[in-house]
Amino acid sequence: MYRYDNYDFALVRERVAQFRDQLARWQSGALSDDEFRPLRLQNGLYVQRHAPMLRIAVPYAMLSSAQLRALAHVARTWDRGYGHFTTRHNMQFNWPRIEDCPDILDYLSQFEMHAIQTSGNCIRNVTTDQFAGIAPDELIDPRPLAEILRQWSTFHPEFAFLPRKFKIAISGTREDRALTWFHDVGLHLNLDAQGKPCFRVIVGGGLGRTPIRGEVVRESLPWEHILTYLEAILRVYNLHGRRDNLYKARIKILVQALGIEEFSRQVEAEWAHLKDGPGTLTQAEYDRVQAHFGAPAYRTLPAEDPDFLRHKAEDKAFARWVSRCVHPHRVQGYAAVTLSLKAPGQAPGDITAEQMEAAARLADAFSFGEARSSHEQNLILADVEQGRLHELWLAAKALNLATPSVGLLTDMICCPGGDFCDLANAKSIPIANAIQARFSDLDYLFDLGDLDLNISGCMNACGHHHVGHIGILGVDKNDAEFYQITLGGRQGSDARTGKVIGPSFSAAEVPDAVEKIINVYLAHRHQEETFLDTFDRIGPEPFKNKVYEDRAHGKAKSRNEEVTP
Amino acid sequence: MSTLIKNKRIVADPWQTLSPEESPAAAPLPEGDILFPLSVWQLRRNEIISSHKRIGLWLEPDTDLAPLEADLQYFVVIAINFPKFADGRGYSLARLLRERYHYEGEIRATGDVLHDQLFLMQRVGFDAWALKDGKDAAQALEAFATFKTPYQGAVDEPLPLFRRRTP
Ligand code: SF4
Repeated sequence: MYRYDNYDFALVRERVAQFRDQLARWQSGALSDDEFRPLRLQNGLYVQRHAPMLRIAVPYAMLSSAQLRALAHVARTWDRGYGHFTTRHNMQFNWPRIEDCPDILDYLSQFEMHAIQTSGNCIRNVTTDQFAGIAPDELIDPRPLAEILRQWSTFHPEFAFLPRKFKIAISGTREDRALTWFHDVGLHLNLDAQGKPCFRVIVGGGLGRTPIRGEVVRESLPWEHILTYLEAILRVYNLHGRRDNLYKARIKILVQALGIEEFSRQVEAEWAHLKDGPGTLTQAEYDRVQAHFGAPAYRTLPAEDPDFLRHKAEDKAFARWVSRCVHPHRVQGYAAVTLSLKAPGQAPGDITAEQMEAAARLADAFSFGEARSSHEQNLILADVEQGRLHELWLAAKALNLATPSVGLLTDMICCPGGDFCDLANAKSIPIANAIQARFSDLDYLFDLGDLDLNISGCMNACGHHHVGHIGILGVDKNDAEFYQITLGGRQGSDARTGKVIGPSFSAAEVPDAVEKIINVYLAHRHQEETFLDTFDRIGPEPFKNKVYEDRAHGKAKSRNEEVTP
Repeated sequence: MSTLIKNKRIVADPWQTLSPEESPAAAPLPEGDILFPLSVWQLRRNEIISSHKRIGLWLEPDTDLAPLEADLQYFVVIAINFPKFADGRGYSLARLLRERYHYEGEIRATGDVLHDQLFLMQRVGFDAWALKDGKDAAQALEAFATFKTPYQGAVDEPLPLFRRRTP
């Protein structure tokens, strides 16, 4: 993975000093709360329900074992012994003291980590596919360009005070695993007719209050122009995005208002001045960064390891784990492994300091000292020898990191919600736990098969509820916590948002409603059909009728109690 | 006379800002170094040119610069207003003035201008700052040294770090 040179180190250290000074000026009263807010946000520091929250960047998901240990040290020294992985690869600490944050960041800077632009109205952490570099269906490894984008966006002088946050996702595979259609900018790395890398540039997607699938603004942009082209997009947005209404300030609203043709015309007009300028990437820079992402020292291995096959045949639990938590690798004899952070009763994405250290040990022992965080809030070891999977499974099981549920109903994506987050309408973690408790039978879960259930505590959609096959959204109804359910959302190349099925539910009703939805699927499914297949075939009506059967008038009643998405 | 940060030093500021309300179409124009709001400039352009040797222009952040291109030669100072410090449009305006329109006079930030904007503002072409009232200008001067070698090319250093990086 990328290693800092002196320039990179100097910048994160200067950032720590800058933040220490900002904090001191705020404490002395030289900076008002309002003046300090955007500064601390641009450094990942929120003031939350119970305590501040500090969000540490995990650029494009990559973590070294040393970084995992450093995060464990932070959790233990300055927090309550655990952290939380977000849906954008980052790690959040929920209980630091504000005055300790400069020391935390100072400590992390030694390990090439920071909290730069993990919040605020600026360009955020660039995200990608957790299997970048090893996926069999990958055309180009997106990580070198993701790192180049990280550097370009860090303290960008023109775009630090955008109308709203700006998120970029980049993917280099045929099947999109980075939710690129629902980012402010989504980038598909591809090869053009001459075999040269190029980008498909998607703009104006987003979840949140107004979920919109992005549109293609340029089908094929030669890779070396990516920075100047992004600057053109950002300049149009910076100058013309709405600043009068927080809810209409994302670039998606501007793209919708102008229409993609006019937006694209303005971007091209701007780009005409920037194209081929000094911001044009050089092969030398690409090569410099790319050298950090070379293949590790893979061994030559058989396609099928006999011990592995034997364990799989003999041990049903192991076979189960393999079927859900082991993923294909482009190198023969290797596999990627998900270490699940969705053990029953645990808040999805939470990880204790001990687990971080243990994961670091596993990364060192099994995967060249590297790990990744996934947007599904799990940890990944990307380069494991097939012949050692059984050994890894035993170790992970002992650490409660081997819940064999990846992609199943209980592998929920879930935001911190009302237990932690100031913006929440409702709690989300207790809902996740109640659903996990209701669906605890593994045979049953395996029978249900692939099913994404995503939970957000409010419209901001940090839990990606719109793209869950089943989505649950916390809404506020007369100061009480209620939950709206959507069906049919999905990630991937065909990503789209789910539709609300009807009036919302109280917390206690949610597990029943989910169970009814599942029962409709089971009653209607044809052999081998997934939940989504069945849903697409029969539509939402049978689900609605079942879920609302006990309500007045039998069917979904008035919709006026909903918050419209 | 109020003070100004100019070229990284604290100096006296001779410029006065004329508010549009103070200058109905027929009233006499004030003498001295005046920052004229765009609306006044558009209304009384020729008169201002003949009565003032040094002319300043005062812009709101929603200004479209393209129609002003031919007029830029008249201005010694262009002030860009920041109604709120979180309003980042002025950064693009300054950069466009320098890079696209090759404006070489003073570009100053006025309005809600604070210590922590100075570093980035100098990068995009500002060279003068009228800090918000009550803010410590001497302390703000420290902000210019926040980062030694940023990644991006901008007005202060057109070449991005990747074109200058040495191992
Ligand atoms: S979705 Fe809402 S409640 Fe959940 S973390 Fe995001 S802002 Fe907070």
